[in-house]
Amino acid sequence: MKPLSWAALLGLAVILVFLLSIRLGSVGLTTGEVFAALRGEGDLNIQRIIVDLRAPRAAMAILVGGGLSLAGAVFQALLRNPLAEPYILGISGGAATGAVLAIAMGLTASLSWALPAAAFAGALLAIVLVLRVAATADNRVDVRVLLLAGVVVGAFFAACISFVLSISDARTVRSAVLWMMGSLAGSDWTTVVMVTLYTLPAAIALVGLARPLNLLAIGEETAGYLGANVERVKRVAYVLASLLTAAGVAATGVIGFVGLIVPHGVRLLVGSDYRVLLPLSFLAGAVFLTLADVVARTVMSPAEVPIGVITAFVGVPLFLLLLRRSMGARHGAGIES
Amino acid sequence: MPTESTNPADPTRSAALEATELTVQYPHAPEPALDSVTLVVPRGTFYAVLGPNGSGKSTLLRALLGMVPHAGGRAHVFGRLVSDWDRRALAREAGVVTQSESMAFPITVRDLVAMGRYPYLGALQSETLADREAISEAMRLCDLESLEQRFLSTLSGGEIQRTRVARALAQEPNVLMLDEPTASLDVRHEMEILELLRASADRGMTIFLITHHLDLAARFADRMLLLDRGKVAAEGRPRDVLQEETLQHVYGWPISVSDDPATGVPRMTPLSTALQPAPERAADSS
Repeated sequence: MKPLSWAALLGLAVILVFLLSIRLGSVGLTTGEVFAALRGEGDLNIQRIIVDLRAPRAAMAILVGGGLSLAGAVFQALLRNPLAEPYILGISGGAATGAVLAIAMGLTASLSWALPAAAFAGALLAIVLVLRVAATADNRVDVRVLLLAGVVVGAFFAACISFVLSISDARTVRSAVLWMMGSLAGSDWTTVVMVTLYTLPAAIALVGLARPLNLLAIGEETAGYLGANVERVKRVAYVLASLLTAAGVAATGVIGFVGLIVPHGVRLLVGSDYRVLLPLSFLAGAVFLTLADVVARTVMSPAEVPIGVITAFVGVPLFLLLLRRSMGARHGAGIES
Repeated sequence: MPTESTNPADPTRSAALEATELTVQYPHAPEPALDSVTLVVPRGTFYAVLGPNGSGKSTLLRALLGMVPHAGGRAHVFGRLVSDWDRRALAREAGVVTQSESMAFPITVRDLVAMGRYPYLGALQSETLADREAISEAMRLCDLESLEQRFLSTLSGGEIQRTRVARALAQEPNVLMLDEPTASLDVRHEMEILELLRASADRGMTIFLITHHLDLAARFADRMLLLDRGKVAAEGRPRDVLQEETLQHVYGWPISVSDDPATGVPRMTPLSTALQPAPERAADSS
């Protein structure tokens, strides 16, 4: 199948899962009631459920799923490793620390924007820390140092969270832990607009970097000899992909493994040309996270399973499989001296 | 009076590659990796770079193209200071086959060769007719047409090296630089690549080849450079560079140089340090 056919198919799937997502929920509605509400007709309570609760939630799943998947694919090219994931780089740790701090300080009750803002600030702090640590030696970003820096920075933020939680009361702990597990439940149109403003420009700019990212996946030295401005491409792509991750984490909490699962699946379908991989990863990620959210809301209805649990149940076995494979014969490796 | 153009400012007369007292110092290394190296690679020359492991051959390639910081000296590519080149413009002039690379993801032969067109293409522009012609011509020269859609992971070492050479040729460079491209290849594949390089040089392309194979360098190269711990030990025509005394000093091993009766070029024979003839194998003659 041609990449354009896949794009059309996935685009259609995004619309279908959006409709499915606003159709299903703890309040049972008929398809007719849903479409009436979308036209602004029928019962006002149903309209409110559809337009103010379920639609922004589905829109958020599309944005965050797409953004996390795109960011994962970009990190995989930058780190030349299909196991790379936004979370490995400590960005989620920074975001979670910011959010937990906001919750523990009681800011979230009075200020609706405090949690996303604090999470976003924490994520940015993590990016800066990781980049600073990794980029010291002759102004280049060494990938191995970067990975190690990500792990260490992540561990530091995990310790910060443990400390804040240990001195907090039980209600704060419960609310913080729920946030860290990841949920789309709090989505409203304000946060959807905020996440859109970060996600769309960053996503478009990253798709524009697809060709140099292809070269980086073969190797930095070769990419340089082929005419890529390696250091600049790396920095821009790293910052944009981190912004994409931060916006998603800020709005929905920690949802892991999306950036691992989705690009892996898309690679199996269309190969690893980033000009195709990046846009299709965004669409496929949107479909994946929307479906995961539907499962999270319906599988134990009326109770809700944290969506991070669903993505981890799919992602961890895949991660282990890929890890085993990369430990054995290097998958797809061409030349290694 | 010389009859040819001697105007030094004439850009068409400038050498393909030029280094003037080029020095590279890696951080924390006690000695410079490249110590005041001066060389001129005229256009259309097959230029071989020889020297023991760690003598600075790969560093010289990187320094000539501005991929490592210079601690001293200058490097010019086609008459222009290397730091003044835009990387994309430089990639249209100089194609490089590095010592090794590893693919992070599966890729086909055609897709890898097509990456050689990067310096010619805009961010989202698709291949033009000229791009497709350059790609197929590069694959034809490297005898890759039947492997076009194969994944690199299914190829032999020789086929992979030919794919990498084809990618550099797809850049349509005026100078092709290769770092030990035949190190892991058998005789036939090695000769195929060297003959391809020789033919390219005869068509006017400048070849800059790093190799350990003294005999083959003597046979194919027009000029050569012998490096010894970052310094130039000898430079010139193969017969002048490949002197017994120089080689023994640089490699720290007794080497005998004689003319090869089959090719007529110098042939190097490493001797034993014990300087004894090989032991008689009387038991074998039963």
